[in-house]
Amino acid sequence: MGVNFIYPDFEVIRNDARCTSCRICERQCANEVHAFEPELRIMTADESKCVNCQRCVAFCPTRALKIVKSDCVLRENANWQNDTIREIWKQAGSGGVLLSSMGNPKPLPVYWDRILINASQVTNPPIDPLREPMETRVSLGKKPAGIERDAEGKLICELPPQIRLSMPVMFSAMSYGSISYNAHASLAKAANELGILYNTGEGGLHEDFYAYGSNTIVQVASGRFGVHAEYLEAGAAIEVKMGQGAKPGIGGHLPGNKIVGDVSRTRMIPEGSDAISPAPHHDIYSIEDLRQLVFSLKEATGYRKPVIVKVAAVHNIAAIASGIARSGADMIVIDGFRGGTGAAPTRIRDNVGIPVELALAAVDQRLRDEGIRNSVSLVAGGSIRSAADVIKAIALGADACYIATAALLAMGCHLCRTCQTGKCNWGIATQRPDLVARLDPEEGSRRLVNLMTAWRHEIMELMGGMGINSIEALKGNRLMLRGVGLSDAELRILGIAHAGE
Amino acid sequence: MLVIRAEGLEYRELNDEIRDVQEPCTIEDCCGQRFIAAGMSGKDITIGGIPGNALGAYLNGGTITVRGNAQDAVGDTMNEGLIVVHGNIGDAAGYAMRGGKIYVRGDAGYRAGIHMKAYEDKAPLMVIGGRAGSFLGEYQAGGVIVVLNLEKPQEKCVGYYPCTGMHGGKMFLRSDCENVVFPEQVTARPAEAGDLEELRSCLEEYCGLFGLDPEDVLSSPFTVVTPDSSNPYTQMYVAN
Repeated sequence: MGVNFIYPDFEVIRNDARCTSCRICERQCANEVHAFEPELRIMTADESKCVNCQRCVAFCPTRALKIVKSDCVLRENANWQNDTIREIWKQAGSGGVLLSSMGNPKPLPVYWDRILINASQVTNPPIDPLREPMETRVSLGKKPAGIERDAEGKLICELPPQIRLSMPVMFSAMSYGSISYNAHASLAKAANELGILYNTGEGGLHEDFYAYGSNTIVQVASGRFGVHAEYLEAGAAIEVKMGQGAKPGIGGHLPGNKIVGDVSRTRMIPEGSDAISPAPHHDIYSIEDLRQLVFSLKEATGYRKPVIVKVAAVHNIAAIASGIARSGADMIVIDGFRGGTGAAPTRIRDNVGIPVELALAAVDQRLRDEGIRNSVSLVAGGSIRSAADVIKAIALGADACYIATAALLAMGCHLCRTCQTGKCNWGIATQRPDLVARLDPEEGSRRLVNLMTAWRHEIMELMGGMGINSIEALKGNRLMLRGVGLSDAELRILGIAHAGE
Repeated sequence: MLVIRAEGLEYRELNDEIRDVQEPCTIEDCCGQRFIAAGMSGKDITIGGIPGNALGAYLNGGTITVRGNAQDAVGDTMNEGLIVVHGNIGDAAGYAMRGGKIYVRGDAGYRAGIHMKAYEDKAPLMVIGGRAGSFLGEYQAGGVIVVLNLEKPQEKCVGYYPCTGMHGGKMFLRSDCENVVFPEQVTARPAEAGDLEELRSCLEEYCGLFGLDPEDVLSSPFTVVTPDSSNPYTQMYVAN
C-alpha cells in the first residue's frame, strides 16, 4: 500500500481554553474522530474520519469546537479542480465507481432563484391572509374532462379516486433502510397531523406504520420489495417508481450490511442479502406495458386508490409524461436532477437529468396542448427548498410538490452527504440502534409540523400578495412569474416573460 | 362446479364476479382478460381459454389452473398460492415472486423467474416442463427454478444469458448444460445426491399434477446453478 494522497477535507478546531475534556464529542461521533488521551488528559482528533456533520459542534457544551474546510489544497487549477483530482485518486486507489449521497452539489443553474413572483399594486388589491379566508387545500387525481349528467339531468359527482391534502406539499419517497425507523415514524406522524402524505419509498412498510395508512403513499419499484396485497391496500395511493431525479436510468443497490432486522422483514428479503432494484422494471418496455402495471395495481386494489407514476426529469420528459398520462396513471411525479438520494453513483447524480423547473413547465404545456392536462395531477420534486419554490412550481403548472431533503433538514440532517456510510450521527440515515435512538420521533415530527405550518403561512402570504386566494387559482398561472437573467430559450421553455415585460 | 362465462366480459367485470365467488369455480371462454385474480387469496379457479397478461398478479394464496396457455407476467409479485399452466407461458412469469408456486407443463418465454425472492418461510418454486427463453432467473435473489426440458432434450433447455445478476436461490436444469453459457458470478455444477433429494421434493406435486413419473424425470443428469455471493456489488463502489 502506497502513500495516501488524499489529505483530510476538514479540520477539527478545538479551543483548548474552552475544552473541559468532557468527552461528549467522543461519544457523539460515530465516525470516531474524537478520542481522549488519558496521560495528557486532552482530547485528540483524527480529522481524516470527519465528515463535517457538525454533531460534535452542536453538542459541545462549551462551544469549544468548530469544523472548518481545510485550506491545505492543491495548486489552483480551474480545469483540474481539487475535487476532480481527489476523485481520480480515489478511483485509482480502489477501482471503484464513485458513490455519493444527497442531491447534486454542483453549481448548475437553479431556476427557482431566477424566477420572481408578482404582487398586486393599486388594482386587484392584495389579500391579507390573517383576516380573509385563503384556501391551501388541494385534491390530487384524475379530474373529469367535462360535466356529466345522468338521465334525469342531475350532475354525476363521482370522481376517480383522489387524495386530499391540507397544503400542496408531501414528503417524498425515502425507504426504510435508507433512513431509520425513527425518521419514518417522524414523517408518518407529521403527515398525519398535517393532513398531508408521506411516502414509504421502495423498502416496504413497517408493520407499526400501517396505522398511518391514510397518510401514506406506498411505492412499487422494480425490486418489488415488500410489495404484497396488504401493503397495496394499506396506503392512500400507490406510486410506481420508474425513475429518481438523483439517478435517472439506473436502479439501486442497498448493500447487504444494511439489510438487518426489521429492514429485512419490511423488505421481505433475507438478512445480509443485497437489495437490488434493477434499472428497468423488467415487465415494462413501453407505455402499453406501463399501463399493464398501473391497471394491475388498480385491479388489485379495486380502483379505490390513485396510481402515481414517478419519473426522473430527462431530456424528452414532455413526451414521456404524455405517454404516462395515457397509461391510465392518476398522477405523475417529475423528479428533478437536484433531488436527493441515500446513495447514487456520483457521475450519474451530477451529470444525468435536467432541472425540474424546465421539465415541469414543458410537461404542463405539453399536456395542455394535447388536451389531457385534467387526466393527471402533476407533482414536482427534486429540490423544492422553500415556500417560494412551492409557489413558483404551482404557477409553472404543478398541482403539488414533494419535499425530502428539506424534511430531512428539519429532522436534523446537516447535509454532510455521507448517508451511504450508514453512520449518520443525527439518527436519520442509519440503522445502528444507538444512533437511531438519537432522533426522537416526537421531536422529529414536531419540527416537520413546524416547518410545514410555517410554509403554509408563507404560501398564503405570497398568494395574498398576488391577490389570489386559492391554490387552484395559482395553478399554471405563469403570468404571476417573471424571469431574471434568463435566455430567450429558457424563458420560452418556462413559458414566462422576462422581468420588466 | 360453478361456471363463469367470460365471453364478452371486460377484465374488471370478470374479476368482480370472481371476487364474489367463494367456492371453486371454472372460467370458460376466457379470451385475453388481464389481471385475473390480481391480489386475491383463497380462490380455486380453473380457466378454459386463454387468460390475458398478469394472471394472478400479487396473488396471495389459492389455486389457479389454466388448461391451455397463459400469456405474459403470470404471477407477477406473487406472495402465496399455486398457479398451474398446462400449456405454455409467456414472458416475465413469476417476476419478483416471493412465495407460492408456478407449474408450467410446456415452455416459458423470456425472463422467467426474474428477481424471484425468498423470505423467512416463503420459498417460491417455479417448475417449467419444457424449455425456458433467454434471461431465465435474471437477478434471482431466492427460491428455486427448475427447467425439465421434457419434450425436446436434444435442444438447449434455456436461451441466452440465464442467471445474469443472480445473487440468491437455486436453479436446477435437466441437462448437462454444456451448450449453455453462464455468467461469471454463478457456479454451475452437476447435481449430486443431496441436490436430487431436494429436487425430488420440488417435483413431487408437479409430477402428480401432470401425471409424470418422478423417477423418469430424475433419471437424466441435472445441473445445479447457485450464485457465488449474495452481495455482488460490494466491491464495486468507492465512497465519494
